[in-house]
Amino acid sequence: MPQDAVCFTQGPSLLVAWVEGTVPAGFPSPAADFAVKRHDLNELLITHPAATFMWQARGLSMIELGIADSDILVVNRALNPKHGDIVVAEIDGDFTVKQFYRRNGMVQLRAGNPTFPPILFRDGQTMTICGVVTATIKRFK
Amino acid sequence: MFALVDGNNFYVSCERAFRPDLKNRPVVVLSNNDGCAIARSNEAKALGIRMGAPWFECRHLAEEHGVVALSANFVLYGDMSDRMMSVAGGLGPGQEIYSIDESFIDMAGVKGNLTARAQRVRERVLQWTGIPTGIGIASTKTLAKLANHIAKSADRKAGSYPRELARVCNLANLPAADLDAVLQATDVSEVWGVGRRIAEQLNEGGVHTVLDLVRLDPATVRRRWSVVLERTVRELQGQQCITLEDQPAPKKEIAFTRSFGGAVTELVDLIAAVTRFASGAAVKLRAQGSKAGQLQVFAHTSAFRPGPKYSRSLILPLRRPTDDTVALVNAAVRGIEAIYRPGFNFAKAGVMLLDLQDGNLEQGELDLEPEPPTRGHLMDALDKLNDRYGRGTVVVASAGMKGPQRDFEMKQNLLTPQYTTCWDDLPVAKA
Repeated sequence: MPQDAVCFTQGPSLLVAWVEGTVPAGFPSPAADFAVKRHDLNELLITHPAATFMWQARGLSMIELGIADSDILVVNRALNPKHGDIVVAEIDGDFTVKQFYRRNGMVQLRAGNPTFPPILFRDGQTMTICGVVTATIKRFK
Repeated sequence: MFALVDGNNFYVSCERAFRPDLKNRPVVVLSNNDGCAIARSNEAKALGIRMGAPWFECRHLAEEHGVVALSANFVLYGDMSDRMMSVAGGLGPGQEIYSIDESFIDMAGVKGNLTARAQRVRERVLQWTGIPTGIGIASTKTLAKLANHIAKSADRKAGSYPRELARVCNLANLPAADLDAVLQATDVSEVWGVGRRIAEQLNEGGVHTVLDLVRLDPATVRRRWSVVLERTVRELQGQQCITLEDQPAPKKEIAFTRSFGGAVTELVDLIAAVTRFASGAAVKLRAQGSKAGQLQVFAHTSAFRPGPKYSRSLILPLRRPTDDTVALVNAAVRGIEAIYRPGFNFAKAGVMLLDLQDGNLEQGELDLEPEPPTRGHLMDALDKLNDRYGRGTVVVASAGMKGPQRDFEMKQNLLTPQYTTCWDDLPVAKA
């Protein structure tokens, strides 16, 4: 590791189910050699526990990019936004979820719905990106 | 080398992370029952709102200048603190969580440019959690704490210290003459471990700035003041006397006290209140593996409101050191029954557990009366139930039933949502 590398410890993962192999009597468990972890959604959805926050989407501007009203957004603040990423940003004292567009020195936040115009940024205007949306949680029941 | 990482106006910063509309506005966070200002944004500090100022005294400022007041949301602050600490821990191999918003980092063995590394970690804490911090670096903990004060002051008040010391201040990098100038510019009362009374005594002895203190002879300090202050002087001179405490020492006493939301006049309500306080204190006691030998209970009327004044406290020695909720509640209830006088508007009460000892040690005694059955398993089950299903799920019956809000419950009219811990409280992003 380089001298100035910064190490970060990860918080404990939840829901760990080990299949234990010690059986006091009888036939040994055939599963003992195949001890595995059960599916853990934290592992799938949360790569940076300290930097991951959830928002709830309200509105229809992102419907064509797969985000419906009241979907839960998994937002990773540790990632730097790249062109095409879906982000949560601060605008005029509110949070908004939009697609980050950066081409030819132009920065926009675009909606995933043709009835919503893009939000344009020019030099001197500040835009604060809170983080990158890495997943949405959509529940049917 | 040590670093001290400290969240700027921490409670306010936690609120702002989820309320962008609060940025650049004066914000204060109020203590339990919305009593006093316990955190202030820079804008609120600039308006002259003091730390600990009673809210009713500065309410007029709120109306005049649009100060936003919020009830303390400790669930949110606790979660944000965990996040901040875990990222800040990347600064070095050892970490001591000193308070909800401060942690010491042992940077022993860390190579390269420590200042640059601290700047990167500061940026990372800000990006990952939204919390701005100040970082002080120096050869001892006392100096690191001082460096942190300089980092934050230089950031907040232009001209207080050289600009390059803002946000991250590494005293170990400073040429001797510059270090002296910085110490000369700092009041002695800012030193970690110098309280108000000692600061006054030092001032009388002609010691006003940190530089004055550093130049004292440790042996003289010991003779004239105390061995504690001698240690502080040695630390300021760069001699390491205080080490990192990775494991918090068990508390020597546990207090559970609250101001009531409204005036309490009836004994039955006071009994319910001290039952809850004793139960809450018992949970903390068991969590640190201690037993209490004595219990103190008190109640008093308000110092601010009109009406007859009354204040009393009572210490009850326990028959045997115990961590049993029922035994502690019994003692607290007996105490409050002895204290109670009708005709007063009680404003505050509390329970303190004293004479704490290791729960595993037991003093043998003459067989004068049979040992009561221990209820360790019951207490264990009680804690687990309340942990799993929420505080107050299983309580001692004298705590009273849940129902319409009772007078002694906390007034938190300005509480923000639990954005990061409760699914019903998620922040909203407009789509």
